[in-house]
Amino acid sequence: MNRVLEVRDLRISFPGADGHRFHPVDGVTFDLIRGETLALVGESGSGKSLTSLALLRLIPPPGRIDAGSVIRLGETDVLALEGEALRRIRGRRIGMIFQDPMTSLNPVFTVGDQIAEGVRAHLPVSRSEARDRARALLQEVGIPDPAGRLKAYPHQLSGGMRQRVMIAIALAAEPEILVADEPTTALDVTVQAQILEVLDQLRRSRGMAVLLITHDLGIVAGRADRVAVMYAGQIVEEAPTAELFARPSHPYTQGLFASVPRITGPRTRLIPIGGTVPPPTAWPSGCRFRPRCPKAFAKSELAPELMPVGPDHRMRCWLAETGGTDG
Amino acid sequence: MTVRSDGLKAVWRRPGGRAGAAFLGFLVLLAWLGPLALPDPFRQFDLVELADAPPSADHPFGTDQLSRDVLSRVVSGARISLAVAALTVALSVTLGAAVGLVAGYWGGAVDAVIMRLVDGALAVPRLFLLLLVLALSDRVPLAVLIILMGATGWFATSRLVRAEVLRLRTEAFVQAAEALGASRRRVIFRHLLVNAAGPLLVAATLGVGDVILLEAGLSFLGLGVQPPTPSWGGMIMDGRPVLESAPWVGIFPGVAITLTVLATNLVGDALRDVLDPRSA
Repeated sequence: MNRVLEVRDLRISFPGADGHRFHPVDGVTFDLIRGETLALVGESGSGKSLTSLALLRLIPPPGRIDAGSVIRLGETDVLALEGEALRRIRGRRIGMIFQDPMTSLNPVFTVGDQIAEGVRAHLPVSRSEARDRARALLQEVGIPDPAGRLKAYPHQLSGGMRQRVMIAIALAAEPEILVADEPTTALDVTVQAQILEVLDQLRRSRGMAVLLITHDLGIVAGRADRVAVMYAGQIVEEAPTAELFARPSHPYTQGLFASVPRITGPRTRLIPIGGTVPPPTAWPSGCRFRPRCPKAFAKSELAPELMPVGPDHRMRCWLAETGGTDG
Repeated sequence: MTVRSDGLKAVWRRPGGRAGAAFLGFLVLLAWLGPLALPDPFRQFDLVELADAPPSADHPFGTDQLSRDVLSRVVSGARISLAVAALTVALSVTLGAAVGLVAGYWGGAVDAVIMRLVDGALAVPRLFLLLLVLALSDRVPLAVLIILMGATGWFATSRLVRAEVLRLRTEAFVQAAEALGASRRRVIFRHLLVNAAGPLLVAATLGVGDVILLEAGLSFLGLGVQPPTPSWGGMIMDGRPVLESAPWVGIFPGVAITLTVLATNLVGDALRDVLDPRSA
């Protein structure tokens, strides 16, 4: 197994109004394998974006990563890094693209400047070499007339073009992992597909691992190799994509699928999940989905661990013990 | 076609901005080239016949008590006033930007201490502070005057820059730069300072008018630019005793001050409309 990233029991805490620290991310564990796409799926407030920021130690203060958490990039212990050593993994080992391409580019510099900046932040190349690389990167992310676009300012480009530029910047220092936090949420549907296609091509051509953070199960199908579903600061189900879509097992995952309309098959009523996501300041005791779960039973009063329900398929639900999760 | 040249064109498209910029351009040219064509501003033509002479073909703005040409002195005074204002504002904007960046970027205790000190400094009237220092020393060289005015003029600018930095720090492109390994220096100078440049430019332009007034006021009180160097404020002081018999001695430098300050404020307001949409 060619593991490029190892996250163990990641806990992120913020100080609450009552003086106690609360944990929006509370014990997240996953691996990322070279060349794969892992989708981290969850609603807003599930902790998925904080998880991605933690990989680069970008949790805004007063938030912090609690002791006992582990983030390993190959042999590098990310949580032990400081200062210049930390800067050198940002962009170099892990590249990151953000949700809103309209605001993620500096408005007063040209696209070429900004890509070259990403190159020169990490690689010892001259200004003109950096410019050549910038042009090659624009070509690689599928921007027509890359030499001309180098001189464009962000406001002269469409949203889809800007997101391609963001991807080019994230790839400037040739990272082995690309974290894409809701990369297509701000784009319209046809452009979404193009951007996802670009990401997929780059993953294959560069052998990168991609961590795709999204709330949209639709973009996961066909793009991700594996899916981890997050709820209330924890991963509640994890499986290869085909397996998850064929046999969603955690009641929360089942609820997600039941609330998404389907194009094929018989028309059925969409069933919303009752209630709302609890705030991170008040996670329910026991199983965190218990207050909204149609299948909650006595044992749900205790907090479940991730338990196997099939090959490479695990969920955080006591029903895994009985195997009775269908229906 | 860049963001910046678009901004300058937009200033030119506004009537106020155009009038102000045109006047300032004219004034700079006049201050630069005018002395070549005009009499020596220090020359005393004829203390007996030409003291306080009214405007004439030879002396369009008249002469002062020492029979010096008022037009020459107004033009030379423009050199002094513009140079003093530009250097003072350059100094105060640099100091204000530096302090504002430090406070806004590091935040926390650093920010709290710096900003309380700035609050304190802002509570002291600048003119009294300067008067105190200048009155205690005799004959202040021009360089020291510039440093004193610059060093007391950055407080409001630092607050402005700090507020900009606090806003920019939460912008996605600053976070993106940090996520991609931009060094602290790059984040501060490239991403924060450059994007705060708009409001900073507005403040600097408006500051030029303030400093011209301040310098004129100090010179009028005899504490600014020292005679015989021509300065607008000093000329008004010279004209004060003869305001009824020879009003041209004081009126022309007064008009020069008014028009120049008006022009810088017009340009500053136009820049603000263009660069700083929040306050438009």
